[in-house]
Parts: sequence; C-alpha cells; structure tokens
Amino acid sequence: MSALQACLLFSSALFALGLAAALARRTAILVLLALELMLSAGTVNLVAFWRYGPRPADASGLLFVLFAIAISAAEAGVGLALVIAVRRHHASIRLDQPARLKG
Amino acid sequence: MRATAEHLWAIPALPLAAAAVISLLPRRCARAACWFATASVASGLVWSLAALAEAARSAGPLVANFAWFQIAGAPVRLGLLLDPLGAAMCVMVTAICTAVFVFSGGYMAEDRNRKAFFGYLSLFAAAMLGLVIANSLLLLFVCWEIVGSASYLLIGFWHERPAAAAAAKKAFLTTRIGDLGLFLGMLWLYRSDGTLLFYDHGAGVLDPAVLGRLAAPTGIALLLFCGAIGKSGQFPLQVWLPDAMEGPTPVSALIHAATMVAAGVFLLARVYPLMAADQALAQVPFHALSVVAGIGALTALIGAAAAVAQADLKRVLAYSTVSQLGYMMLAIGVGSWVAAIFHLLTHAFFKALLFLGAGSVIHATHHEQQLRRLGGLGRRLPATFATFAIGAMSLAGVPFLLSGYWSKEAILHAAAGWAPSRLPLLAALAGVALTAFYVTRMVALVFAGEARAPAAAHATESGPSLVGPLFFLSLGAVLLGFVGTPGRPWLQSFLTGAPLAREAPLGAPSLVLLSAGLLVAGAAAAWSLYGRRPARSADAPDPLAQRWPRLFPFLAAGLGFDRLYARTVVRAATFAAAAADDLDRTIWDGSVRAVAAAAVRTGAAGRSAEERALNGGFSAATAGMRRGARAIHDRQRGRAQFYLGALAAGFIALAAAIWWEGRP
Repeated sequence: MSALQACLLFSSALFALGLAAALARRTAILVLLALELMLSAGTVNLVAFWRYGPRPADASGLLFVLFAIAISAAEAGVGLALVIAVRRHHASIRLDQPARLKG
Repeated sequence: MRATAEHLWAIPALPLAAAAVISLLPRRCARAACWFATASVASGLVWSLAALAEAARSAGPLVANFAWFQIAGAPVRLGLLLDPLGAAMCVMVTAICTAVFVFSGGYMAEDRNRKAFFGYLSLFAAAMLGLVIANSLLLLFVCWEIVGSASYLLIGFWHERPAAAAAAKKAFLTTRIGDLGLFLGMLWLYRSDGTLLFYDHGAGVLDPAVLGRLAAPTGIALLLFCGAIGKSGQFPLQVWLPDAMEGPTPVSALIHAATMVAAGVFLLARVYPLMAADQALAQVPFHALSVVAGIGALTALIGAAAAVAQADLKRVLAYSTVSQLGYMMLAIGVGSWVAAIFHLLTHAFFKALLFLGAGSVIHATHHEQQLRRLGGLGRRLPATFATFAIGAMSLAGVPFLLSGYWSKEAILHAAAGWAPSRLPLLAALAGVALTAFYVTRMVALVFAGEARAPAAAHATESGPSLVGPLFFLSLGAVLLGFVGTPGRPWLQSFLTGAPLAREAPLGAPSLVLLSAGLLVAGAAAAWSLYGRRPARSADAPDPLAQRWPRLFPFLAAGLGFDRLYARTVVRAATFAAAAADDLDRTIWDGSVRAVAAAAVRTGAAGRSAEERALNGGFSAATAGMRRGARAIHDRQRGRAQFYLGALAAGFIALAAAIWWEGRP
C-alpha cells in the first residue's frame, strides 16, 4: 500500500467516523463537532494529493489547508450562533426537538 | 542509554501520552488516571536527571534540529536543546510535578471530576517540559500558549463557581496581552534573522555571529519581555495572578508558583544574549535590561506591599509569588541571569512547599482559607506546621540554613554591583523587610494563638499522600541552597560553563548584615503586632488596619490596580463594544429593515392585483399541487439528521452506481 493510499484510507475512516457521529448524536454541538471531522477528512485528502502529487514543492496544498481551516472556523462560528439561537428558542439543543419548519 | 538532545523528546512525550490516555478513560477510572500521571512525571524526573548528567559532561549546548514543514522552498525548523539551563529546569519541573501530583491524589480525592484534573495536569506538565527544552522560539511559543490554556482550564476547574470562571477568563485575557508582544517580537526577530532557532551550529539567533548583525536589539528584546511580563505577573499585568488562586491549591502550587509563572524568567534567561545585545550600543535612549530591572524592582515592591494586607492565606502567597518573580526579573535586569535562575529553582521548591502546606491546612479545615478564621493550628497539624515553617523561613531568607537565603543574597549582591542605579538594590532591601513582615504575620495568624473558628478547632493532620510531598519539598527547600553558596558556587559555574570562582564564603559582610537586620526588623514588627497578643475571635479587626485605616484597605486591594483597570481599560472596551452594537442596530440593521419594508410594500401591491385577477385560475391548479405535495410532505419531518442520512444514502447509492459502471 502506498503512502497516498494510506492517507486516503485514513481520511475515509475519519469521514465515516464523522458521518456516523453526525447521524447518531442528538446534541447539536456534538453534531457540529462531527461535521468538523468530516471537513478535516476532506482537508487530509487535499494535503495527501498535494504531498504525493506531481508538484509537492510548491505551497498550494498548505494554502488550501489554511483556507479550509479559516472557512471551517467561520463555519463553526455560524454553527455555534445557530445552536445558541435554537437553544434560546426551544430551551434545548437536541436536534430532534426543533422540527417546526416543516411545511 | 545516554540522554542526549536527540532523546530529549521523551521527557515531554511521557506526560503527553499520559494526558492522551487519561482523556480516553471513563470518568470512574480516577485512580488509574492519578497513577498514569504520576508515573509519567516520575519517569520524566529520572530521564531529566540523566539529561542533567549529560549536560554537565558536554561542553556547549547540544542541539537536535529538524524541519517541521517546508513552505515555498524555505523549511521551517524546530529543535530540541540540551544545555545546563534547560536540564536544570527539567529536573525542577519534573520534581515539583511529582510532588504535586502525589499531593493531588489525596487533596482531590473527593472531587468527582478528578480524572479530568489529572488529564489537565499532565497536559500542563508536557507543555511546560516542552517549553524548557525547546531550541526554537516558535516551539517555545507553542508550548507557552499550551501552558496558558492548561492554566485557564485549571484555574476554572471549579467553573460552577462564578469567581473561578471569572478568574480563569481574567488570567487568560491578561496573559494574552503579553503574548501578543512576544508574538510580535518573534515575527520581528524572524524578519531580521530569518530563523527562530536559538542555537544552530553558529547560525541560530543566540549565536554570536547572528547576534552581532541584529538590526534593532532593544525593540525585539522589549517585545519578548512583554511576554514575560504577562506570564510572570509583572507590573503592570500582575493583576491576574492573585485571582488565579480560585483554582485548586495543587494547581496554585504547580502552575502559579513553581513553574508556569517562572516561564517568563526562564524565557529571559534563555534569550539573555539577545536581551543584553544592546548593552554595547551607546546611542539607544535606554537599554532593554534597564527596563527589566526597573519593572522587576517595582513588582517586587508592589507584590510585597500587597501581601502584607491580604486576608486570604492563598492570596498572601500569590502576592508573595508576584514579589519573588519581581526579584528574579530584577536579577536578570542587573545582568545576573544565573542568580535569577538560582532563585527560580529554590523559589520553586519553597513556594510549592508553602502552597502545598496551605493546601494541607485548607484540606484539614474543610476549605477555610481566611486568616482571621484560622489560628492555633501549630499543635493540631504538627507535620504541616514544621514543613510550612521551613518554607516560610526560606521565603523570608533566614540566614545560612535555608535555600531562599542563598539565592536572595545572590540577587542582592548582583543588584549591589550594578553601576547604573542604586534604586533596584534599595527596592530589593525594602522588599526583604516587607517579606519578613508578611511571612511572620501569615505564620502567626495560621499557626499561633487559639483557633478562632470551629473548622480550625477540629482540624486533624491529613494522610501520607498529603504530608509526604511536604517532606520531600522541604528537603529541597533546605538542601538546594548549598549548590550555589558564594564559597562554592557550583550551580553558577554549571550554568555558565565557567570554572568554579570561589568568593568569600558569605558574600559582602556589610550587605549581609544589612539584609539580616532588615529581616529581623520586619519579623519583629510583625510578631509584636500579631504574635504576642493573638486575636481571640474571628471578628477582631486586624491590628495593622487599626493603625492605618486608610492605607490597609488600599494594600489589601492590591494597590488599587483592579479598580484602575476596571475604570480605564474595561470601561473603554465596554464602550467600544456598545458603540459597535449601536452601529449594528442602527446602520446595518436599519438598512436591512428599509429594504424589507420596501419589499413588503411591493408585495402588498402585487397581492391586491393578484387577488383581483388571478386567484380563481390558480385555486384549481394549487389544489392539484397540494395533493401531490402531501405525498412528499410525509417525508419532510423537519429532522435535520434524517435529511443528512438521506444525503448519505444517496451518496452511497451514487458511489455504488459508479463502481458498478467502472467494473471490468
């Protein structure tokens, strides 16, 4: 197994872990954490393809990762704000409680 | 195996592994957590002693540098460094950690969250050890921030208490101000030197060749000093350290007395060649080290003065730590980083001893730490009293037998030999008298006289896991002084690599007599106020407060710095936040509301037109759509996770289809 394959296996495992957690957990914060896990699995892929790709010397992979980290930080900020809004509204952060948007 | 620089990573790696294992344990495995944590630092102690022997054998610093990652062709390099300074710090940190971890096993025995406590402590130990062996300012900074986070977690360990949560936030934010300076200094240094390694076979920032061509040594040195000001509780950022006493007492002993707060002093000692690089320049308005000496002297005085009037046992010790750290800064400022490190090492032992002794008192009296409600504990807690007295005498600097005396005298002699000004020496001498005063007051109020509250009257000595570390630390508090006496300054020659330079066995006689006289005067004044006729009830006012009704509350409030900052910095920040909020509400929200109002008006116009013309035709069409929608509706239950599951199922189906297509 090459190093790239190992990285991809690792990232798929990370993604699967995140997906399972996002589906199984009922607390919004933990689901948010699981989403971050899935996002970092994608980031690991980016880095792996850069590192073992044709041009590992330039910094494109690292820059991708920096952007991905910045975006996921922003996403976490929005997510937490949503969690707080839901908490204010429903006095709970369990995801199965707020189902009032249904049409 | 020899503990060379290449193997040095094992020292922080052990507690880090312990922290990882502990974080995965379930909460009920607190005893296992305690064992893991203690074993990791105890084996770290053995490894550190091996490193110390290796450092003593080798000439010059041993480094192990490696590239962390490469960006745009330039590698970012980190490294580990084994030199006498780092090795001595490693031994001190692991020894104190071992004592404190054992003590915590008894002290926190009833806390239901103590598994997490040992996890945090191990994380702290790992970061602190990483900090002292780092050969790169960047690696040092990373560890510096991790110890800050661990300190935040541990001050706020009892976060259900509002005071603890507030103190944790205050400590984190205040030290962050200093860290910003350190970060800027680091960037400036990297810009001017292109590397952050301390030693790199002649190309590191502390190697003389690189140091000589540094562009603005004073600016960089002062920015690095900012970090030390924040971390070591120096004026004007000393306000967080007394509040940090909201954390559990072992944390106060380990982090806020012995190790983390001394990291600022260690940083300056580590980059001392850089701090002193501007000494040769004549055209600078002031030298960086002069600023360090001034701040240190001021802090030593402020801390000692505030400690005189504290009502809380732990806050006395906290202000005393501020003051002693001021002494160390003063020593660095007057050019004797060796005296500063000597005092750092002895202070770590006797102050950890004092804090753990205070912890033993607090444990025995069921969390009573108000001095006026203690009293008479000397007979009830004999072992705690004996060890606490050793720590207290060491802190006050009782001559000849105790380690604190030798290191304090080393600082006084260094200050006396400083040409630019006599003020640091005068401040240090005034501090000696104040220190003797508050130490005597504290010991008299806690251990002498009669118990002034039921909790103190029914105290009994704690178990061996609490008393054992006290004896271990008091051994260090006595013996450690003899490694650096003026007659045989082994530590000094070990740290600098210079041959043993023997001096008069006791130092300059006039200075020794003067400081001993001040010590006796301070102690006698405190004894006549507090020891001779001890207060009988907890409601009796403090004798000093009766004598100075205006000055005493001012000192008790830490010389009013908290109030000053609340009126200036906090008020300015609150004002800025309120202004931003107002802007948000009026301008940004207002424009959104205006657009919304316009849309509502357009919609109303459209609606009236629609109702008149189109309603009939659409009613029939929508009835059909409604039937269709109802079928879909049953799938749409507003459950976010159901949607996510459907997405995942679709994705898996898609992947399966692609795989099926691409099959050979």
